[in-house]
Amino acid sequence: MSNKPVAEMSFEEAMAELERTVGALERGDVALEDSIKLYERGAELKKRCDAKLREAEEKVAAITTDKDGNPTGTTPVEGL
Amino acid sequence: MDMFEDAPGNTPEYTVSELSGAVRRAIEGEFGHVRVRGEVGRVMVARTGHMYFDLKDQRDVIACVSWKGQVSKFRHRPEEGMEVIATGRMTTFGPQSKYQLNVESVEPAGAGALMAMLEKRKKMLEAEGLFAAERKTPLPYLPEVIGVVTSPTGAVIRDILHRLRDRFPRKVLIWPVAVQGEACARQVAAAIEGFNRLSPGGAVPRPDLLIVARGGGSIEDLWGFNEEIVARAAAASEIPLISAVGHETDTTLIDYVSDRRAPTPTAAAEIAVPVRLELLTWLDGQGARLSRALTSGITQRGQRLRDLSRALPRPDSLLDRPRQRLDVASDRLPAALTRTVQARRVALSEAAGRLHPSTLRGMVSGRRDRFALWQGRLSPALLRAVSDKRNALDRRADRLSVTPIRREIAQGRRDLDQLAQRFEAAAQRQVSGWADRLAGLDRLRETLGHKATLARGYAVVHSDAGLVTSKAAAEAATGLEIEFADGRMKIGGAAPKKAAKPKPPEQGSLF
Repeated sequence: MSNKPVAEMSFEEAMAELERTVGALERGDVALEDSIKLYERGAELKKRCDAKLREAEEKVAAITTDKDGNPTGTTPVEGL
Repeated sequence: MDMFEDAPGNTPEYTVSELSGAVRRAIEGEFGHVRVRGEVGRVMVARTGHMYFDLKDQRDVIACVSWKGQVSKFRHRPEEGMEVIATGRMTTFGPQSKYQLNVESVEPAGAGALMAMLEKRKKMLEAEGLFAAERKTPLPYLPEVIGVVTSPTGAVIRDILHRLRDRFPRKVLIWPVAVQGEACARQVAAAIEGFNRLSPGGAVPRPDLLIVARGGGSIEDLWGFNEEIVARAAAASEIPLISAVGHETDTTLIDYVSDRRAPTPTAAAEIAVPVRLELLTWLDGQGARLSRALTSGITQRGQRLRDLSRALPRPDSLLDRPRQRLDVASDRLPAALTRTVQARRVALSEAAGRLHPSTLRGMVSGRRDRFALWQGRLSPALLRAVSDKRNALDRRADRLSVTPIRREIAQGRRDLDQLAQRFEAAAQRQVSGWADRLAGLDRLRETLGHKATLARGYAVVHSDAGLVTSKAAAEAATGLEIEFADGRMKIGGAAPKKAAKPKPPEQGSLF
């Protein structure tokens, strides 16, 4: 089991960890106390994944450049 | 008048500049617009931005020049060894008496030439290892920010954004570039490098995935993505990069170096992000499995607990038998204790009865008697042992005597005397034998030597030259010396004959 704090995990890491946690809990070969810890961790991971999935916001911008092609900033793009 | 002698009658006379100008007009008039096919020779770009190069075939060379403004409009830059068709007009360069082609555009001479050039580049980059599978970086599963290098207008960016929206809306940064024409390659390379230069957490967020996209087109339209600078920029990109140029059947150089090639821009968006709804469904499933697993774990344990507790006997019944045993034991305990004490007491009194001073005294006197007995026997035994040892010693000393040794010494001495006497006699015999032989030998010597002869009255005559044995020698000698038995006598050199005279009778008798 990874020791990385859940809040620092990428979606992919949280996803893989959640799958492992569910698998471990379903096998049922852990002590009762541990299974409660697993459940709590699973719930936390699920929350993390859920938050990442809810963050599905579209935001499109175009880079603006000076005459030498260096980026100077962004300008929102709409209607595409 | 001599100076003008050869001048042709009415041929007009030009200055150099006039003639040069006339030639220029003639050439520009005749070749105002030409297309010429040839192989590009040496290419040189001056600091001014003008480009100078040669076009050649097996026999001839034409110098070519393109001004800075023309060069920037080139769709294809001439490269050494490239088979091209150059379009432009012939002109002259008066200061060097030179004619040259001012080139406005350069096209590869047919698709064959273009593909040959591409193949050459591909081989070179492959040899550098830029296509190697181990260079490819894995794409992030769910990128937060996606950078798209493409034209800001047109179907491509629209397709990508649509597909992203369907699957998983994300933040998208578009770096607008020309996707065909002369500026294309330079801008695309600059955009890839620009995205990589953004620092994470800066004002402009750094993408964690790049898509370089362009719609379908002719090979010439897509050519910018075959340029070396684009391929190198894509290969150097630290941000994972998906290339999506042209249709599925078009493969450009960037596709070989990108981390992933998408057949179309839409496909690039599909590769870039997972489908959000699917993930939500999956997540719900995981949540349900999590709860179910925990619940069933607890339920199973509860059931097990109930089962086990049923099998457990009543606590009271467990104690019944031990309690009964305790009762019995506690009944028997006082009687058993009394009996034990009595038995021990009897044993004690028996032992005390046997324990009396007279018993001890009897033991002591018994020991003393035995001791006295041993003492009486001890002294005679010792004396007997000593006398035994002495007898044995005497017996041995008798056998040990000096008489035989003395006898042997006397005998030895007698033998030695005898031997000494024999040795002495033998030695004396030997010595007297040797003395006799020596005397004999001396006598022999005396008789043989001339000294004895001298004693008998003979004499020997010597001269300076040695022994004189003849009259002639005596006469020749300056001085003579006569040797007698008792010494020598000189006869003066002045009268040698006189000196010889007393001897003749003796000498004569000798002869």
